[in-house]
Amino acid sequence: MEKSYIVKQISIFSENRPGRLAAIASALRDAKINIFAFSIAEANGFGVVRALVDRPEDAHRTLTDLGFRVSFTDVIGVKMRDEPGGLSEVASVLGDAGINIEYAYAYSGRDGAVLILRVDQVEDAVRQILDHGGELLKASLFR
Amino acid sequence: MAPWNRQVEEMPPDDLRRLQYKLAKALVRRIYETSEFYRRRMKEYGVRPDDIGSLADIGKLPFMYKRDLRDNYPDGLFCAPKDELVRYHVSSGTTGKPTVVGYTRHDIENWSESLARGFSSCGLGRGDVLQVSYGYGLFTGGLGVHYGAERVGATVLPTSVGNTERQIELMQDLHTTAIACTPSYLLHMGEVAEKMGVSIRDDTDLRIGILGAEPWSEQMRSRIEEWLGIRAYDIYGTSELSGPMFTECSEQRGIHIWGDLALVEVVDPATGEVLPPGERGELVVTILQKEAFPMIRYRVGDITVMDEEPCACGRTHPRIRRIQGRVDDMLIVRGINVFPSQVEHALLEIPEVGRHFQIVVDRKGALDTMLVRVEVSEEAFSDKITDLMVIKKTVEHRLKTSLNVGVDVELVEPGTLPRFEGKSKKVVDRRSL
Repeated sequence: MEKSYIVKQISIFSENRPGRLAAIASALRDAKINIFAFSIAEANGFGVVRALVDRPEDAHRTLTDLGFRVSFTDVIGVKMRDEPGGLSEVASVLGDAGINIEYAYAYSGRDGAVLILRVDQVEDAVRQILDHGGELLKASLFR
Repeated sequence: MAPWNRQVEEMPPDDLRRLQYKLAKALVRRIYETSEFYRRRMKEYGVRPDDIGSLADIGKLPFMYKRDLRDNYPDGLFCAPKDELVRYHVSSGTTGKPTVVGYTRHDIENWSESLARGFSSCGLGRGDVLQVSYGYGLFTGGLGVHYGAERVGATVLPTSVGNTERQIELMQDLHTTAIACTPSYLLHMGEVAEKMGVSIRDDTDLRIGILGAEPWSEQMRSRIEEWLGIRAYDIYGTSELSGPMFTECSEQRGIHIWGDLALVEVVDPATGEVLPPGERGELVVTILQKEAFPMIRYRVGDITVMDEEPCACGRTHPRIRRIQGRVDDMLIVRGINVFPSQVEHALLEIPEVGRHFQIVVDRKGALDTMLVRVEVSEEAFSDKITDLMVIKKTVEHRLKTSLNVGVDVELVEPGTLPRFEGKSKKVVDRRSL
């Protein structure tokens, strides 16, 4: 049950220099892959581009063929109320349950705001969110 | 494998050192008396034959370099009368003049003796058919190995280099059991054989490779041994030392240098200081019994480590490890000698990163900086920055331990580092700009 809410995010290793994001983005454009959400985490000299796309398997193959280092990561997408306190609700549920958030990023789409989370106990997190009446993105959106 | 010359090869180390001292002293006296060049050189350095009162005193003698051979072209370094010479070899001068080496009959005999010991130590002897696929002619490889193999009673098939398909046919028809060539030529032969529908492993009697005359690695050895179904041994020498001269024994743990024929030292390439066994530096060789063309403390330019621990094979003579690079490749970073090959070896032991690398040396203020770029391996790539930082720190720590100099590591995208061998792209030194 919980598994149907676990979403495959693609993560791409990228050097921190001009043109790298453009190279990734145009490769996905050429493969007609749509990006729902993405973020860049940076360290000194390199970074990791994380993205939720409509066809993760195709995106992985396309980027790997171009020589990028790509991996899949299990994340969840929690729908938030797009008003004061929305994030607080979600974060409190996980915090109270002792689930650690490793990283997070958010987007505000047509159907409201979504928080993408990588947590240390992903199935527990799904259960906690659902038990507290929260709503999650279905993995079936990303095929 | 049984020694060729047990009495010498298993001589107690103290006896060997006494013998080396006796030979070195006689050598120095002889060259002082017979050679204008050596007499002049020793006078310049204020050393007389009587100053050699112990083996360590050999360190009082000046080093010799490749340029001494070039400056004295063609025969200014010869110490035997012309009519005593039975052969010349000439090395191709890749930079400037070629160099000429000469041999008396006794020199050829010692050269063959040296190889006979080496070949016996890797199990090559009577009953073997040795295909010599080193070049014959002015190059020392073909004829040198040829004479050594005849000495142990092997049957020599002198194919020389080239015409690979014919070589493979002969290998099958004449039941070659051993081959002497460069490791890259053997790999080429393996590929050509496969195209001909011949598996060297299954369709030939080949069991031994005596490989050298170019740098190669343990990885290459494993590949050759597994693919071709043979045992591959390293052989070492340069024309200045006679030619190919020394090999590994069946233990495959370093090249035995016969101490009665050669005295080896390892020195700091920058200072010339003699380094203790186990430390990496430049090989310096004195050929102890050479008549026509002695070499005294010759700076070969090859980087190695000397090993004086007893070898499991029972031979007592010191060993040198596989050649790890050329002095010309050495970088001096904050006063420490650094060889790109050290970086390469360290990286091979870190599975989180690939084997390709690039070194960038720069200077910030008065301080040298060294950056090593590496690629994260597929298995190790994590999308957590903290995991990647751990990999970066691990590589930095391992390189620092191995090089004795602090290194910054940069993780780069796969496929972006230079793939081919060669210093030009692997090392970028911005300090001179």
